[in-house]
Amino acid sequence: MSENSLAIRKFSDLANPTRFLALADRMLPWLAALTALFFVVGLWLSFTTEGDYQQGETVRIMYVHVPAAWLSMMCYSVMALAALGTLVWRHPLADVSSRAAAPIGACFTFLALVTGSLWGKPMWGAWWVWDARLTSVFVLFLMYLGLMALNRAMDDPARSSRVSAVLVLVGFVNIPIIKFSVEWWNTLHQPASVLRLDGPTIDPEFLRPLVVMAIAFTLLFFTLHIAAMRNEIWRRRVTSLRRQAARSAGREA
Amino acid sequence: MMSHAAYVFASYGIAILTVVSLCLWVIADGRARQRELRELEASGVRRRSAEVSSGETR
Repeated sequence: MSENSLAIRKFSDLANPTRFLALADRMLPWLAALTALFFVVGLWLSFTTEGDYQQGETVRIMYVHVPAAWLSMMCYSVMALAALGTLVWRHPLADVSSRAAAPIGACFTFLALVTGSLWGKPMWGAWWVWDARLTSVFVLFLMYLGLMALNRAMDDPARSSRVSAVLVLVGFVNIPIIKFSVEWWNTLHQPASVLRLDGPTIDPEFLRPLVVMAIAFTLLFFTLHIAAMRNEIWRRRVTSLRRQAARSAGREA
Repeated sequence: MMSHAAYVFASYGIAILTVVSLCLWVIADGRARQRELRELEASGVRRRSAEVSSGETR
């Protein structure tokens, strides 16, 4: 096999954008189909399982609220890993990954905030309270928007990547604050009932649809993230080709 | 006061709307970038690495 082969044999081979594009083309249809399958089963379970004896039908909001909130934090963690990749290993795809993830994370955080509000009104009697959990998630939403604005403000990715990576890493301090806010402070938001050291305290009737929906949302995130990374690679190729064309036009003139 | 079902349907409605718009945006962005790449290629602009590798396989 020649050195130019596009087959991926080692993890480091993914550093080649052309190889990444070939892998993305092969993976995306399967990932999208799997995501759709999990959503069909998850939505079916969400509406066929029983309501809660206290919360009634509103417990079904949990099946979108909780996965969206998990994803909002996982997406930021993926961006923080990518930021490390940019600063420590100078991985060529790390900045692409971080940039592509920001709008997706913003959407999931928006969903967590809105569905939480729609759950809070009937259960707590308030659309919004400034408790530690809600406020820290709102700060996360603002950070996603800030990072998107920063990424768009600077034209040259080579220069903006380091600044944006430092900002992502500084902002990562918010993730443990979100996770443990319900334990450190007295919040209206309930403490964790699924990811606990002593196991889930939630009834299997609610846990089943929740887990299926969480897998569906996670698959959706990776499908969209890989597709958005592919778009970002194409966007950079268009920019560099246009520069190249402008340079050669300048030489001919 | 809305019924409980209204809160549930509003939540799922907004979730579906957000997810579908995000998917459509990613697809539209990809198509627009591919179109630009095709236009550049049609006007004779090629990536230098593509020129090198096609040169080697000859």
